[in-house]
Amino acid sequence: MANRPFPLAAAVTAAGLALLTLGTAAVVASRAQVWALAPADWAALRFTLWQAGWSAVVSVVFAIPVARALARRRFRGRAAMIRLMGAPFLMPVVVAVLGILAVFGRAGPVNVALAALGLPALSIFGLHGVVLAHVFLNMPLAVRMILMGWQAIPAERFRLARALGLSEPAMFRHLEWPMLRAVVPGVLVVIFLVCLTSFAVVLTLGGGPRASTIELSIYQALRFDFDLGRAALLAAVQFAIGAVVALASGWLALPSGFGAGLGRASVIPAPGGIRRWADGAVLMLAAGLLMAPLVAVGLRGIAGFADLPAAVWPAMGRSVGIALASALLATLAALVLALSRAAWAGMAATLPLATSGLVLGTGLFLLVHPWLPPERLAVPVTMLVNATLALPYLYRLLRPEAVQLHADYDRLSRSLGLAGVARLRWVTLPRLARPLGFGAGLAAALSMGDLGVIALFAGDQGATLPFLVQQLMGAYRMEAAAGVALVLVTLSFALFWAFDWIGGRYAGA
Amino acid sequence: MLVLEGLRLAEGEFTLSADWSVAKGEKVAVIGPSGAGKSSLLMAIAGFFAPVAGRILWQGADLAALAPAKRPISLLFQDQNLFPHLTLFENLGLGLTSGARLAPGDAALIDAALERTGLGGMGARRPAELSGGQQGRAALARALLRARPLLLLDEPFAALGPALKAEMLALVCEVADAQGAAVLMVTHDPADAHRLGGKTVLVADGVAAAPVPTAALFADPPQALRDYLG
Repeated sequence: MANRPFPLAAAVTAAGLALLTLGTAAVVASRAQVWALAPADWAALRFTLWQAGWSAVVSVVFAIPVARALARRRFRGRAAMIRLMGAPFLMPVVVAVLGILAVFGRAGPVNVALAALGLPALSIFGLHGVVLAHVFLNMPLAVRMILMGWQAIPAERFRLARALGLSEPAMFRHLEWPMLRAVVPGVLVVIFLVCLTSFAVVLTLGGGPRASTIELSIYQALRFDFDLGRAALLAAVQFAIGAVVALASGWLALPSGFGAGLGRASVIPAPGGIRRWADGAVLMLAAGLLMAPLVAVGLRGIAGFADLPAAVWPAMGRSVGIALASALLATLAALVLALSRAAWAGMAATLPLATSGLVLGTGLFLLVHPWLPPERLAVPVTMLVNATLALPYLYRLLRPEAVQLHADYDRLSRSLGLAGVARLRWVTLPRLARPLGFGAGLAAALSMGDLGVIALFAGDQGATLPFLVQQLMGAYRMEAAAGVALVLVTLSFALFWAFDWIGGRYAGA
Repeated sequence: MLVLEGLRLAEGEFTLSADWSVAKGEKVAVIGPSGAGKSSLLMAIAGFFAPVAGRILWQGADLAALAPAKRPISLLFQDQNLFPHLTLFENLGLGLTSGARLAPGDAALIDAALERTGLGGMGARRPAELSGGQQGRAALARALLRARPLLLLDEPFAALGPALKAEMLALVCEVADAQGAAVLMVTHDPADAHRLGGKTVLVADGVAAAPVPTAALFADPPQALRDYLG
């Protein structure tokens, strides 16, 4: 009945997700021949945890003053800046890396300035570079999540505190500190989890025995040494860590950060004097860190347009095709699970958080390669893996809206006999059009920029745009890489905006 | 005729029993303190709340197995009576077809129902473009189209001012009389019960008492009603 919409679809989706995530984990665990890590693998394990920890801590420590300044100051361009904070999450990681290299690399403006001051040059490779790139990619997300926390403190509390004449430190202790204590652990875990499975950043800025992660070691074992047993063991280890962190995060209410408000008059006291200047400086620094790499890619990319390799066109078609298909798949699956009121649907939607692109990829590779040359399946596997990895984000976007929809209109729909496809068409899709459009855009952009599983499967032919950028960077053709990167980032944002716009239009009033 | 036969509702601490009937075309107000179970009684009749004992019969047939939309009932909720993303015309159309394609004559029926409820020419508007009174009228227009013999109202006009509410109650009576439908209306305002005419059910202390003529009930109120009126 209408009470449980599409029960079969939800069960099939959940079973498919379980098979894909737990099934690949079982495959890699069963193929790991020797359950002993070599010293290099221990080093990779330590570096994986170390860089993810540093990335999370630095992102949050930087994000708190930025969020506080955004919460209590009103200035021209504030709305634009909050919107800019949404960009890095959608940005293809290789493009971000290229921008960071342009700004902080050996010949970049930062090192030129350091040299002019007679200071030693900053190396962008190794732990520094990896953490810097992760901060660039994740600090804005942290700002938005913490900003939402600040905005969620009821205005009445601040008014009451002012009416009681509380001093500023007292106000911080009673209002803002409890909020931070509730929000920050969740933010730390989210970023830690993202950085735990980060592949493209470490591939380009890390490497070598001192800065290699498990994900990178899996890739090297599979692609260069063709040591399937070791790749399987490493993938099993990666899954184990991911599962532990994802389980631990189950106890925390993870903030989403997608809906940070733009308007509303601030009631948070905004002290003047030196602290006004300090807030300004923090905001300038954050804007600079975010803008500089974007501008650098833009400038270099335009110069690189003359040098675009012919391979860019087929790669573009492949990337857009994969992005559209995986956006469609992820959105459908997330919708089906979000509408289900069974507890297992929510659990199934969280499963992909435990795994990673390389773990899924290794499992599928091991399954496929006795039968077929893996590069033949590069496109469908990439599409499937990207859809799976985007699903938890989409589910978290859709679920609260689906719950609200049920509370508001379930009885009316049932009293009118709206069920099945008619209910989907007249009630569910139009009411959820906005989050569906936003979510599909998110999934498309994430898939467009993904460089993970494609690196395991792609042959000489069959590259996607991010893979092509990485190949060009590896060949030190930086101009051409920037040109392709500009094409890639433009398409990613265009896809996101297109889906978001369609959703908003369909939602109408 | 609607018959509540040894009906018992329960959820947690809350219990309510009812054992009476409502004749065709009768108008019955349901009054009582908040939390007594007025809405639960209506939701049980509408099929959203399963009773723990007893039966709900319409013309002698048990309604238990019927889904809400299959029952001989039109229902107006406290709020969320219209889908905000659909035009009035589409909202009324859903009442007619459950989402299937409209039949050739349906558009004319919808326009006539809008005309009849004073909403002529407003079919293209969305609920947000209407006043509270107009939204109530639109929900009644849909009830008119559905033409079910039992109209249940769960305080849909509670947010309206006195004059507007009187106007809406007159429209309820008009719609019900046009179809010979019985009306069961939850309210917390004795004036509404008087205006509806007919009978009143008092819900208090876990019992929904049998309907008695409203004028007689208020002329000699029982203790529970006196407590409620204060």
